[in-house]
Amino acid sequence: MSKVKVGIIGPGNIGADLMYKVFRSGNLEMGMMAGIVESEGIKRAASLGVPVSVEGVKSITAQTEIRIAFDATSAAAHVKFNGPALKEAGIVSIDLTPAALGPYCVPCVNLAALRAEPDINMVTCGGQATIPVIHAIERVAGAAYAEIVACISSKSAGPGTRANMDEFTETTAKAIETVGGADRGKAIIVLNPAEPPLMMTNTILVRVKDPSVGLERIRASIDGMVAELKAYVPGYQLRVPPMLDGDKVTTIVQVRGQGDFLPDYSGNLDIINSAAIAAAERIAAGMLGKDGGA
Amino acid sequence: MAFVTLVDMTMRDGSHALRHSYDCGQVAAIAEGLDQAGVPIMEISHGDGLGGSSYTYGFSKTSEFDLIRAAASRVKRSKIAALLLPGIGTIEDLKRAKDAGATVARVAAHVTEADVSAQHIAAAKEMGMTAVGFLMMVHMASAETAASEAAKMESYGADYLNMADSAGYLMPEGVAERVKAVRSAVKIPVGWHSHNNLALAMANTLAAVDAGAEYLDATLRGMGAGAGNTQLEVLAGVLKRRGVETGTDFYRLMDLARDVVDPLLQRPQVVDNGSLMLGYAGVYSSFLLHVYNAADKYKLEPRDILVELGRRGMVGGQEDMIIDVAYQLSQAGVS
Repeated sequence: MSKVKVGIIGPGNIGADLMYKVFRSGNLEMGMMAGIVESEGIKRAASLGVPVSVEGVKSITAQTEIRIAFDATSAAAHVKFNGPALKEAGIVSIDLTPAALGPYCVPCVNLAALRAEPDINMVTCGGQATIPVIHAIERVAGAAYAEIVACISSKSAGPGTRANMDEFTETTAKAIETVGGADRGKAIIVLNPAEPPLMMTNTILVRVKDPSVGLERIRASIDGMVAELKAYVPGYQLRVPPMLDGDKVTTIVQVRGQGDFLPDYSGNLDIINSAAIAAAERIAAGMLGKDGGA
Repeated sequence: MAFVTLVDMTMRDGSHALRHSYDCGQVAAIAEGLDQAGVPIMEISHGDGLGGSSYTYGFSKTSEFDLIRAAASRVKRSKIAALLLPGIGTIEDLKRAKDAGATVARVAAHVTEADVSAQHIAAAKEMGMTAVGFLMMVHMASAETAASEAAKMESYGADYLNMADSAGYLMPEGVAERVKAVRSAVKIPVGWHSHNNLALAMANTLAAVDAGAEYLDATLRGMGAGAGNTQLEVLAGVLKRRGVETGTDFYRLMDLARDVVDPLLQRPQVVDNGSLMLGYAGVYSSFLLHVYNAADKYKLEPRDILVELGRRGMVGGQEDMIIDVAYQLSQAGVS
């Protein structure tokens, strides 16, 4: 066995993009695309030779070969049905909803510490794009406060995001603290309807505890982190390199999506999916006894 | 006689002009004066709404909840409103504002993004607050789009619908067209909010009244983002001359502006060149002072930053992109 079979629950845009990323993976292969009704997403997966089902999580727990499942449904569905069912079946949950039954995971920051977790949560797109930089600053200069502004094109903010803006700001702020290491976190999200759609941009502002560390060490720490992040999000780049102004470090990053299923301006969706795949690949490597396993 | 409701924002939009430095004593004095002058609603929040205190929009000197509490302790008849932009502030912030004494929630979204306000409008109603749907940057959409987005906010439970020309870009005919279109699309009353960047705040407010607007935003001395807003005490006088009833005491408002607000002003509230460019290029008025800071830091002409922000289609809340634009312009200058 050279690849681990995975299931995806939720055949919408996120699920479809995840599926294309699984196709490119060296450690993962599609075991099931599960929905709860017949849909375009189910038809698309079937036409690509992927096993499909409209029986939801049951179709995945019934497959003994599936060892990892991505949940791209809703927080309520993950809490009530999918999370508990997967846990009982011994399948690792990679939760892309805001449910956060398990710990937050930002792969380049804390995946290694989460190897034994049955359920990991992928925070938010804004969290995946900014927490690595916050952590990179925090590990050399400390972080008393960190604030991010995520700008997402209106076209790539789905109805779930729009119906619950607080979930984004509150979840991201919490993960800035617990994963990024800032004493206090704040997150802001702005949807921009400009045409052609803007790339996802994120501004990261950190009040450091020890500015005497100097910009060079902070910059080197960020560069190292960005290199790790680019390994799974190739479209990640610094738009404005870090600037140190008193005790404030300002950095602006941009995320261009890989265009697997969604357009390249949807860097927000690409980065959370890429992070989920990166986590699954390392967990799978551990299952397969390959080097680099989590 | 026709009646319109005046909504004072001296302690919200006006907060931009003071770089969010209000203290409880100042707010209590203004609130008491507005209450005695019969202004029905006064809005108190960070200039960018609840939760706006940040690096990006400027830190508040005093917590907005303390400011609301200070005003509530002096107010007998007026209602206190809080502004909330989903994405910046949260329902949790709104709860705290209500606990401090706010009874009106104004929930603001970019003119094409009304659906982000559904949850917050519903939460305001559940808490027993008056809920206002607030469309920002209305110059960036057609009257038809503004009307359909307004109808969404009505469907979420808004008690009235406010439109803001946040960039001070529109001409009176553009105001009239939008107010009429929205009035025909919703059953709830419609309100209007001007910025004076092209010196049209008063003319546009009158155009809104003529088109049927029933709520009007204004601030004492016109204090506000960019060149400021419609000047409240002037509006009270103008509407008196027009034969429109507001229930406010014109002389008391004049005195309040002179005695309490004038001593607070940090800079003259005029149409300076930066403000003029906001209106000309259609840029969110709150950007102004941040643009001056960035221009200073990068040795750039503020006008060039503003034009580029307008060209990129930046919307309310994207103050962080001022640094991006200034950085990119300074790099372009070097190479």
